[in-house]
Amino acid sequence: MLGGCRAPTFGAFRGSTVQGKDEFKLWVGMVIAGLVVAVLVWGLIFWTVIRYRRRHSDQIPRQFHSNAILEVIYTIIPVAIVAVIFYFTVVTENEIDAVSTHPAEIVHVLAYRWGWQFTYDSGDGKSQGVTIRTAAQPTLLAQPATSNHYPQLVLPANSTVRIVLDSADVVHGLYVAAFNFSRYAQPGVTNVFDFTTTSPGVFNGQCTQYCGLYHSEMLFSVRVASPSRFSSWMSAQQASQAQAGATS
Amino acid sequence: MKVEAKFLLFLAAFGAAVALLFWAVGLAPVYRTITGGGTIMLVAVGLLGLLPGGYYLWWSRRMTPRAEDDPEATPEQGAGVVGTFPSTSIWPFVLGLAAALVGLALVFGFWTATVGLTLAVSAIIGVVVESRRGGIH
Amino acid sequence: MTVLAERPPAVGRPEEPEHEHGPSGLLKWITSTDHKVIGMSYMITSLVFFCLAGIMAVLIRTQLTSPDSTIVTQHAYNELFTMHGSLMLYLFAGPFAFGGLANYIVPLQVGAPDMAFPRLNALSYWLYLMGGVTMVSGFLTVGGAADFGWVGYAPLSDAVNSPGSGSDMWIVALILTGFSAIFTGVNIVATVFYLRAPGMTMFRVPIFTWNMVVTGILILIAFPVLTAALILLWCDRHIGSHIYSVAGGGVPVLWQNLFWFFGHPEVYILALPYFGMVTEVLPVFSRKPVFGYRGMIFATISIAALSTAVWAHHMFTTGVVLLPFFSLMSYLIAVPTGIKFFNWIGTMWRGSISFTTPMLFAIGFLVVFLFGGVTGVFLASPPVDFATHDTYFVVAHFHEVLFGSAVFGGFAGLYYWYPKMTGRMVRESLGKASFWFMFVGFWVTFMPQYLLGLHGMPRRIAEYATTAGWTGLNRVSSVGSYLLFISVAIMLVNFYVSWRRPVPATANPWDAHTLEWAASSPPVHHNFTWLPPVRSERPVWDFNHPDHLSVDHHQDKDRRELVGAGVAAAPSGEDWPDGTAP
Repeated sequence: MLGGCRAPTFGAFRGSTVQGKDEFKLWVGMVIAGLVVAVLVWGLIFWTVIRYRRRHSDQIPRQFHSNAILEVIYTIIPVAIVAVIFYFTVVTENEIDAVSTHPAEIVHVLAYRWGWQFTYDSGDGKSQGVTIRTAAQPTLLAQPATSNHYPQLVLPANSTVRIVLDSADVVHGLYVAAFNFSRYAQPGVTNVFDFTTTSPGVFNGQCTQYCGLYHSEMLFSVRVASPSRFSSWMSAQQASQAQAGATS
Repeated sequence: MKVEAKFLLFLAAFGAAVALLFWAVGLAPVYRTITGGGTIMLVAVGLLGLLPGGYYLWWSRRMTPRAEDDPEATPEQGAGVVGTFPSTSIWPFVLGLAAALVGLALVFGFWTATVGLTLAVSAIIGVVVESRRGGIH
Repeated sequence: MTVLAERPPAVGRPEEPEHEHGPSGLLKWITSTDHKVIGMSYMITSLVFFCLAGIMAVLIRTQLTSPDSTIVTQHAYNELFTMHGSLMLYLFAGPFAFGGLANYIVPLQVGAPDMAFPRLNALSYWLYLMGGVTMVSGFLTVGGAADFGWVGYAPLSDAVNSPGSGSDMWIVALILTGFSAIFTGVNIVATVFYLRAPGMTMFRVPIFTWNMVVTGILILIAFPVLTAALILLWCDRHIGSHIYSVAGGGVPVLWQNLFWFFGHPEVYILALPYFGMVTEVLPVFSRKPVFGYRGMIFATISIAALSTAVWAHHMFTTGVVLLPFFSLMSYLIAVPTGIKFFNWIGTMWRGSISFTTPMLFAIGFLVVFLFGGVTGVFLASPPVDFATHDTYFVVAHFHEVLFGSAVFGGFAGLYYWYPKMTGRMVRESLGKASFWFMFVGFWVTFMPQYLLGLHGMPRRIAEYATTAGWTGLNRVSSVGSYLLFISVAIMLVNFYVSWRRPVPATANPWDAHTLEWAASSPPVHHNFTWLPPVRSERPVWDFNHPDHLSVDHHQDKDRRELVGAGVAAAPSGEDWPDGTAP
């Protein structure tokens, strides 16, 4: 429905994954509904305080205090609005949380104090011998997430990648703003979800769940690369990490 | 006392209903922690309404009618002694200090609790004695 | 003459103490069990914590004006946001409402001489003070104050990740203030259930007091859960238990489950009293009764009930929460809240509105809380929450609802009841100036934060990338925070001036409606020397304006007759202690 015209974003990202785009559609719908309600009620408030200002100091208005029909109406209408919003919410959250049975890649993400580790498996679960990890303890201030001090999660474009998320210690949050998505990494709970990527791009990622002293430094980036570039990246990584493994 | 009873019994019914609903829809293993803890706490909410609410419902049928439940009551009907309101007492301060010292034992070690417990015992004795005298007015 | 007191009518002037050799000075304050003294102590103490937490907020905002600012270290920053949140939520917003204003006003509104359990009331205050001092004393320890966020998530708050006595002091402080709140909740409910004036049926109790009864029950539901969770945390930290750690077979997410079962009712414990205050102010300055009185009460009860069923909406991103259940329950809370909004507007509708300082703050609450409530509905949607959780979008939302209720609503109540409690009026000019600085400052501070969250800025970070593009909005937000600081400073000056150069207040300077305005300003010992008959939720209005009773009341005719009888029973002018007959 919104494919033809470009809806305003109301500040949000349009979503660079299929799941992100689903979230964006729901966001726009909810913002429009919310703005209608807000404008209506603000309008009533402002109208009331302007129209009914005291004009004479001894003015005492008619002392009415209820209107049963009106009260019933403004109970039922919000319930109806809630029902509609709830329906679209459930449809969208099922789309976002659905996990494919045949992902193109599986990446095990481990969050720890204070960095990220990405370990790649192929779609059928076989290890590919590639692990990317945050460099030694980052305490650099104000660097962009794409700086090479922070790890980069490389993903193939137009593919479904399964993320298997764990934590080594406390609760962390994996957040990619452009994907309109975040999920906690918690000890004892393994969270599994899909990123169905679309066109290539580079996106910022950060830890959102406060995890201690260097929480602000727990950055990473996501690079979605065309399938051919992803393959060559993967081969290069396998070669260099196998070599590093052989010499260590 | 009937309105008070109904308010609390509504809470009891709500707690019980939501606990049941939550348990029924949250049975999948992945939700087990949240559902288990949540159901217990919601049942507790139900009990919190049931105990005093049930008592008030039972008592409201047996009590002598009170002036505050009578919509036609006049102020004269409420004149006289309303209750005991002790107006000066050192013991709340002592007991508060005692509780803080016992609490600080959780931070600094048992020695503060020895002082705290001593103060607490003296406060409890003091309050009981004070109450028996009818409080200080 | 009718005297509602602990003894049969006393001879002589009512404000003389019945014992001549009572304590004085500091000892008098320490041993007082008078709900008015205790309420005042709570209000002053909580406002001190408010100012301390406000200074922390200004430091936080100043740090964030530059992406690579080093005004405070990372560790200090983490202590600052933890203690800002903890002080505001645990030591200001709650205690100011139920320990402060409710303590003072509820017995007066129901016509009681004091709270049901005066010594328990005093104990509540001392526990609160000691708990508050304990928490702030964390700054004096070697490791500093608690720095794991006001929510203290495990495993971050365990002994491995947060060693240090500052964290333990935070835990102990919350146990003490938790018991303080529980005892106050018991006191409020008992007072309203057992000590009402004759003729004041439950459905004639003012809305503020009804809200406090519901808040009291919510306190009893929520705080024990927090206390239990904290004790378990202490055990994990000190005696080797593994409740919250995976290593010993524990479940870390249990902390979140318990904490938020407390935490969500807690935010309604914080909001409902302030809704009640606004519901007192709006009718008085519109010269009309509350619109939809019964609907308001049922809405409040619904909000409280539902608030016990939504807690896991704070845990949508954990992956172990049944999303549709909590999402639906959270959406449903919007319905009774909406009813209250329409009833507030209905109260002002076709009224005669005067823009005194309390009324400005009440209207400010309506404007601010509406938007905060709408963004709350957005957050109740799990997909939207996935995109915004733990970003500045959430920070903006909860500040909007908390600031809207506790600060705008709370200051409405404070300015409204200030004459009653102190016998003085404040300067309207300074009050209005304070309001406008706060209203403008509020939007300037928090609207940019919604956008920052949508643009991807997480919360609880001390610095951010220079290339992120967040600097401009952060700077605007920080300027707003300085405006808020100025607003509070003006308010404090206003109170100081009212103390040094007092303008005396009469018993009912606002021509208000409810029973507390039948007492003197401030009320005498044990509150009332006289009570009007109670035939509606507005006994003082009915008494003063017998020709303007609420319309459509089926007891109209009977009430006018009885009110007439009440007039004959009132004392003549010279019996009033300060000559201020209503």
